[in-house]
Amino acid sequence: MTRLDRKEGPVAPTPAAGPTARPAHRADATPAALVAEQVSAWFGDHQVLEDVDLTMAAGRVTALIGPSGCGKSTFLRILNRMHELVPGASLAGRVLLEGQDVYDPALRPLESRRRIGMVFQKANPFPTMSIYDNVLAGLALTGRDARGAALGRRRRRTDEDDALVERSLRSAGLWDEVRGRLGTPGASLSGGQQQRLCIARSLAVRPDVLLMDEPCSALDPTSTRRVEETIREIAAEVTVVIVTHNMQQAQRVSDHCAFFLAAEGRPGHIVEQGPTADVFGRPQDPRTDDYVNGRFG
Amino acid sequence: MSTLTPTQGPAGPAGPPPVLVAGAERARRSIVAKPTPADVGFVAAVRGAAISTLVVMVLIAFFLALGAWPAFESQGWRFLTTQEWLPEAGTFGIASLLWGTVLIALIALAVAVPIGFGAALFISEYAPPWLRRPMVTLVDLMAAVPAIIYALWGFFFLQGQLLQVAQWISVHLGPFLPFLRVTTPDSLSGYTSSAFIAGVATGAVVLPTVTSIMREVFAQAPQGEREGAIALGATRWGMIRAVVLPFGRSGIVGGVILGLGRALGETIIVYTIIAPTFTLTTRPLESGSNTIAAHIAAKYSESNGVGLAGLLGAGLVLFVFTLFINTLAGVVVRRSRSGAATEI
Repeated sequence: MTRLDRKEGPVAPTPAAGPTARPAHRADATPAALVAEQVSAWFGDHQVLEDVDLTMAAGRVTALIGPSGCGKSTFLRILNRMHELVPGASLAGRVLLEGQDVYDPALRPLESRRRIGMVFQKANPFPTMSIYDNVLAGLALTGRDARGAALGRRRRRTDEDDALVERSLRSAGLWDEVRGRLGTPGASLSGGQQQRLCIARSLAVRPDVLLMDEPCSALDPTSTRRVEETIREIAAEVTVVIVTHNMQQAQRVSDHCAFFLAAEGRPGHIVEQGPTADVFGRPQDPRTDDYVNGRFG
Repeated sequence: MSTLTPTQGPAGPAGPPPVLVAGAERARRSIVAKPTPADVGFVAAVRGAAISTLVVMVLIAFFLALGAWPAFESQGWRFLTTQEWLPEAGTFGIASLLWGTVLIALIALAVAVPIGFGAALFISEYAPPWLRRPMVTLVDLMAAVPAIIYALWGFFFLQGQLLQVAQWISVHLGPFLPFLRVTTPDSLSGYTSSAFIAGVATGAVVLPTVTSIMREVFAQAPQGEREGAIALGATRWGMIRAVVLPFGRSGIVGGVILGLGRALGETIIVYTIIAPTFTLTTRPLESGSNTIAAHIAAKYSESNGVGLAGLLGAGLVLFVFTLFINTLAGVVVRRSRSGAATEI
């Protein structure tokens, strides 16, 4: 851990949201600290990330900012093993979830993905499934549904299911808008609602960490505000890491901020990181200053 | 920005400020580009080519109907219900042929659909990238092999291999399923030239069609939804069930129906393998069956008069049948969100 100590910011899981502070329904999920150690990444021979060290504190929102092509989305996808789905992708370094390497060869990739959820730039609900089934899709997909629910197969809804759907949709700030039409297809919702449905779907499997890859870039300002409120509300229950191009958004939603840059022939790396107020208010590096003040990128 | 003087309405630069009078008619401009002579000529040529395909189809139907008329006139509806083919005696019909055609096509599908489905799933979802392209090419090549090659393979190789299989099925399952029995179960020769063997060989011809339609729709399943499922912690099979199969459902149905259309019209394989009979066989493992296409191929050179008209009539029935099946496949595939870009 000596290497990590060089970095500013919280290193150990912060006790900010202790188990008692958490709502009862998430008793089996704990916002966990995610630590990237010396992460480098390649697509084929092309290196896109170099020696990234970053601690994403438990129960906090960490924003990854930087111009296009700086590797922040790649970094995000490395955190829950989506990176390896790209042919030719490779990696060095470690990603630790509560001290355990998510790339441990003994772990199946899906074990890591179940604990580290992801919301994508483009909302991707399962379009033919109902809103209700979309929320529960993760349980069926991960085989954690003890009753052996099969996708696409009709079965009786239990009170437990109903409660989980309502909790997840409430957490995602969507419940009041869809409570009367849970049986309609996911595709019938507006873009902003679809994105919040995806958040609800991710929360239903009770992840420890939720990764968000520019979740508002395709949304109008009103929907963006709703999603940002949602992010602030779920932060107590789940560690959030968000990639955003929107500086105001980073300031509004994040506690911690890391500025990525790929420039002067160097692959993507972190130029500066720290509490969001410091990165925006007192940037140490002139390039950070330029970027957060809109002078490039 | 100084030009932003207050103007009213969409009036042009000249003229007094327009006064909107109810019912006043503004002169409208033509916004249709005038085509050049080269454009006109080219469009006429391609339009002619497009129309000619339609004309050929209509002419075929017309020719068949005209030629078949004497047969329909002499037999009436019995043409569809008679099991004999004795034009000299004035009694002939396609009941057994129609049944044999459907039976062999269904056997072909029973072979081709599971294999094609699995192959399509493997190629689009499981095969490593270096293997995917050669596999796609191989399936396309398989579709390009002339049917006569499959016929020779089916007759000289496959038949020999399948006799024991047919016997095993008949002996072990026949006691429970009467349609799997044969009259002489002990003699292998009782299993030759059966609808079963012709159907399996036809299945080999249908297989690449089924595979490539299914593969194409599977491959179009949206990346975003795939990643959504995987990011939720789905296994690959879970992702396929949640995303790929619902997306590709109509492609699966369309592929099956299209395969059925191909199987119904398959001629040379059935003609080579089958021992023609004119009774409705309810025993696909037993020697002897027939299809419309194979019957026409076998009889056309020795027929004349009302017998030839009968063959044309059988051809018309097959033509309408396959046209209907293929149109159905096209509608099913195209109406889905997955098949909008799929060629059939």
